[in-house]
This record gives sequence, structure tokens and C-alpha cells, in this order.
Amino acid sequence: MRGGEAIIESLKKMGVETIFGYPGGQTIPFYDMLYDADINHILVRHEQAAAHAADGFARASGKVGVCLATSGPGATNLVTGIATSFMDSSPVVAITGQVPTHLIGNDAFQEADIIGITMPITKHSFQPRDPDLIPSVIKTSFDIATCGRPGPVLIDVPKEVQEGELTKFDDNLIQTPGYNPTLKGNPRQIKKAYNLIKEAKRPMVLAGAGVILANACEELHEFVHLINAPVMTSLLGKGAIDETEDLALGMLGMHGRKVSNDSVNECDLLIAIGIRFSDRTTGRLDSFVPDSKVIHIDIDPAEIGKNVSVDLPIVGDAKNILNQLNDLFKNYKVSKDVNEWTSKIQKRKQELLPRVTYDDVPLKPQSVIKEISEVLTPDSILTTDVGQNQMWAAHFYDAQKPRKFISSGGLGTMGFGFPSAIGAKVACPEDVVVSVNGDGGFLMVCQELATVYEYDIPVIAVVLENRTLGMVYQWQSLLYDRRHSETKLGHSPDFVKLAESFGVNAVRVEKPGETKEALKTAIKDNEAVLIDVVVDPNEALPMLPPGAGINEMIGEYKLEKDVI
Amino acid sequence: MEKYHVISTLVENKPGVLQKVAGLFTRRDFNIDSITVGESEVEGLARMVITVKADDNILEQVTKQLNKLVDVIKIKDISKNAVKRELCLVKVNIPNEKARAEIIQYVNIFRAKIVDVTEETLIIEITGDMEKINAFISLLKGYGIKRISRTGLTAMSRGV
Repeated sequence: MRGGEAIIESLKKMGVETIFGYPGGQTIPFYDMLYDADINHILVRHEQAAAHAADGFARASGKVGVCLATSGPGATNLVTGIATSFMDSSPVVAITGQVPTHLIGNDAFQEADIIGITMPITKHSFQPRDPDLIPSVIKTSFDIATCGRPGPVLIDVPKEVQEGELTKFDDNLIQTPGYNPTLKGNPRQIKKAYNLIKEAKRPMVLAGAGVILANACEELHEFVHLINAPVMTSLLGKGAIDETEDLALGMLGMHGRKVSNDSVNECDLLIAIGIRFSDRTTGRLDSFVPDSKVIHIDIDPAEIGKNVSVDLPIVGDAKNILNQLNDLFKNYKVSKDVNEWTSKIQKRKQELLPRVTYDDVPLKPQSVIKEISEVLTPDSILTTDVGQNQMWAAHFYDAQKPRKFISSGGLGTMGFGFPSAIGAKVACPEDVVVSVNGDGGFLMVCQELATVYEYDIPVIAVVLENRTLGMVYQWQSLLYDRRHSETKLGHSPDFVKLAESFGVNAVRVEKPGETKEALKTAIKDNEAVLIDVVVDPNEALPMLPPGAGINEMIGEYKLEKDVI
Repeated sequence: MEKYHVISTLVENKPGVLQKVAGLFTRRDFNIDSITVGESEVEGLARMVITVKADDNILEQVTKQLNKLVDVIKIKDISKNAVKRELCLVKVNIPNEKARAEIIQYVNIFRAKIVDVTEETLIIEITGDMEKINAFISLLKGYGIKRISRTGLTAMSRGV
């Protein structure tokens, strides 16, 4: 067995069925061995899309996503995708080709120090210099990528290592004595948490992606019902709780639901679970829950106290800790104070439901998201790009199950939406997958229309076309005196013709109701479709201006009750 | 309040580890004052002694973030009770014979060593904690210092 075959064999042993990649000079040996192998390879049209697709695959499935690129420019094209998965704790293994060992350091053709380049954006990296090491390196990479707080691992394989014969196939884990994540919550801390929750009169729960990553959503559901506390989520926490539930208030943060942003500072106990308190979630820190105690549950000790000072930290896996808490709260009688508080917040939620009903032309993005919501089921997957389209989706779409709302949160990577949908669809072929994009971000990755056509991957790409770079345009409108510097796209391509030139069906939508019809047809046909939706470029999202506190939103927050 | 802290870490003795540690400090905007690396008592592991100027919050982040690196095995803040030493080489001018005698006296007082002699210059080797070396250097400044080369602090906690 040669090195490249060992890569394939090891991946298969780890349960990998599909990899996303793009060949090049230094991966020719690997691709030659792939030719006869029974593992699926999806040839993307740009390496960045391979990394995003692997990330989307990982987020939708909870399994490791694998992407592959050649050395030098192939590897550096993965960087944005690797950084995206690093910021959002997504388990991705990226494999790159490298120039032969004897040329490393010589500025050989297509040589780049990809290990060095990706050091700050990977959990760990390996460069096996001996084919015998490959099975262990791959197994250990999967272990590191998934264990504790997940994240990307890079494996850089010099060309001659791909070609070299193994003397034995030994896939023992490489010892990593420096890596021992704490998984089990400390029972003493959990007991303290129990007491704090018991004493609280106005508790609130803030759930982040950590709950989803820990597969702890059922436990969260049980927990919030046992203690009858309202739940908010971060952007990436969407789906940790069914957002159509009474207890779920929706997203908190810069573009959060009004009920969450208005209410969070009223709580006297914030129970934050699997969340890193990003600045986009908290607003100005010194006016974030100033009068409240904070319990912070997270698997990464470095997140405790990093941004928000914490009264009670519990380090560990959210599922384990929630299970321990739920045991303590079995048969717990919720106090009258808490019941009153929670009903007050639930009432407020109904009062402050955001307006999604419009019949304007050009279409309001809110109404487009509403139409999407009406067609999709709880099992459908919605991925977003970054910018206004993302926030329209995050704000107005109710995620009902975990791993069904996929978005680039931490890095905010434009161009993520469409390729991550490809990965999600490969992971969950039975589920309808829709990606919501802006016209700016979609153009960054529109070449992947070729991929969905070639491999018959029926994802539905919705492009909210407003011919602006909407989020920056909105900031310029609200905060920079409407000086729209370089945010008007001017002449955009005809997206319908663009898709059709790739062989992908497309339809333009301009009137209310048409999005819904187009989606229904797309789902029925089970083919990749682009839906080009012309929307109002001047519709802005309510937002926290930079430096503002969480309850200091600007922009009109239109309410659904005013129209119904 | 910002203070100097001495952190002793045990790391895998592999290429790239120093880069990872140093890179972490840059990326997280921590202020690294010095870093020394060498083999440890365990084969395959190196000891890195890092001095960092930080307040308690930053120090906590430094420790936790370092701990997250797979190649970092153990971290200990040994600021409080440790032997701290740095080695420094100073090349100093000798403007006249009187100066030579004075410098030799200083060398004796500081228990330093003269390791190279020419007619115009001396190279002096001195070890000690940072304050001692700083004091010695400032005494020599008047004669004209041609070169200073310092190793950065290494340290070891006292007792068991």
C-alpha cells in the first residue's frame, strides 16, 4: 500500500464516504490512486468551495467534513474556509499536497508553508514525512477535530510520501498528552448552579452553537421546561431550541429579536450554555446584563471570563452538564416569581413579533423569508451567506431543529452560503436544502453552479438581488450619511441566464407569492435551481450601532401585530 | 494591574512549536517580554520559559490559550517562588587604563566574568536576574557599550 492509498483507506476507516477537492501538481499521485478507489470525490470549481462544502457537511451531519487541495495556491485557497470552520468550531479535516520533502524550503514551484500559514486558524496540523505515519495521522486528526471544542485540522502531505510504500498499516492514535479537554462538569459547580437557579426570580437561558455541537438540544429542551425559563440563542445557536416554542425568544444580538434584546438586561440570572459571548451577541460589554448573575457552561475553559465576567463557570460538555442539572431539577416546583416572569416575557414576545407580512413590490426581504418559511419543513436545511441576507434569514426564519440553520458566524465569510449548502445536501440527501444568498456573495462562488449540475446535487439557491452590498450599504445609510461608497453593484449579471449557462434551471421572482411557487416547483422537481428574487435595496434591518448596548437598537422595528 | 509573570511550560520538542507559541502571543495581542527554550529532563519534551507583562485577566487568558495548544503539555506560573536567571554578554569600550581598572572592579563586585580581552574592548559575561543585569549595564554605560546580547530569562521553581 502506498501513502495515497493509505489516505483513502484511513478516511474510509473513519467512515468518510465523500470528500470535496480539486487536484493539482502535488496531489497527482493521490488522485491516481483515487481513480480506482471506492470513495466519492466531488470536484468543486474552486478550492475555497471545497473547504466550505466540507464545513457545511460537518455542520449538517455532525461528522467530520473532508476537503483536499494541492500545494501552494490550492492550499492557500482553502484558507478562508479553514478560518471559517475554526471560528465556528466546525470539525473539518483539510488535506493538502506539498512539494517533495527534499524541495521544501527551496521556493519550489507551488510551494507554500501552509502549516505556518494556517497555524492560527487550525486546532492542530500534521506534516507526515513517512508513509507509515499516514494512518495514525489521519485517525488522530479526526480525534482532535471532534474531541472537546471541535475545529479544523490540516494534514500536509509531501508528494513523495503519497507515493511511498508503507511497511505496515498502523493506525494507533498519536499520543497527545497536552490535549485533555474536560468533558464532565464538576458536580460541586453543578450543585452551585442548582442553588443559583433556585434562588433566581428572573432567569434566562442563552444557548450557543456549543449546545448543537454537543448534541444536547433535547437536554436543553428538558432543562428550560424544568425551570421554565425563556431561551435566547446566538446566531449559531439557532436550532438549539425549536424557535416556534413559547419559551424560545429568538436570536439575541446586533440584529437580534427585539424581545430578546429588550429583555435580557431584566434577568437576574443568565445561564449561558455553549457560547463565547461574541461582540455581535452582547453589544457593549459593560452594559450587558449589568445586574444579573451569570452561569457560563462551556467546554473551552478559555471562553470563561474572556468577554463577560462570570459568577459561576462550569467547564465541560453541555450534554453531560445539562443531564446532571436535569437530574437535580427532576420534580422541581418552579416558583411563582419565575412563572410570572416567564409569562410576562412570553406575552412580550407575542407583542413584539417582527413584521413579515408585506405585499410591496419590489419585494421586502422579510416577506421572501416568510415565503421560504412557509414552504420548508422542520427537517429542511437553510444555509445563508453573509450580510443582510444572513440577518434577514436569521431574524425572520424560525429554525426548529439543530443542524438545520447553517451560517458563517464568527468569520462572516461571504461566499459561504452556496458551497456550504452543497456540503449539507451531500450530508443529508433526503432533506430539502435551500441557501439564501445576496447577489454580492453569490457572485464570489457562482462557479459552483457547475458542481451542482455535474453531480446532480439538488440545492436551491435563493439570491436576494438588490444590486448592493446590502449590509455595508445599510451601515452607510444609517451611520455614514448615506455616502454609499463602493456598495452599489451597478450592472449585475442576469442571474437566470448565468445559471442556465451552467445547465441549472433558474427563475426570476418579482412579486409576492412567486418565491413560494418557485420553491414548491424546485422541491417537486428535485433539481438544482436558482431563484433570483428582486428585493428592495433600501430595506434596512434594525441594528445595534457599534459601541451600543444590547437594548439600544436603532432603525424602525416593524411589528406584525400592526398589520394583522 | 500589569506585572511581570514568569510562565514555565513543558512542550513537545518538535519543529513549529516555538512558532505556535509565539504566534499565539501575536494573535491574541499578548505582550511577550522574553522566551527561552531548551531541552527538558524528559526526552522529546522541551521547557519554554516565557516572561509576560500582563494583568490578572490577561494572564488567565495567556495560560488558558496556551493550554489549548495540542503541543503544550503543562503550564505553571512560577513568578512567586522561583530562581530566575538570565545570561548577558556585554562588549564594552576601554577609553583609558583607569576605566579598565574600574570595570574590572565592577566585574568582581557583580561576580561577572571577563571572557574576551583586547586593547580597546572587553567582553563580560554576567548572569543573574533582570534587575542585576540592568544595574550592571547601567554602570557600564558611561564607558560606551558596543554590544549587548541577552538570553532572556530562564527560571525554575524552588523546592520539590
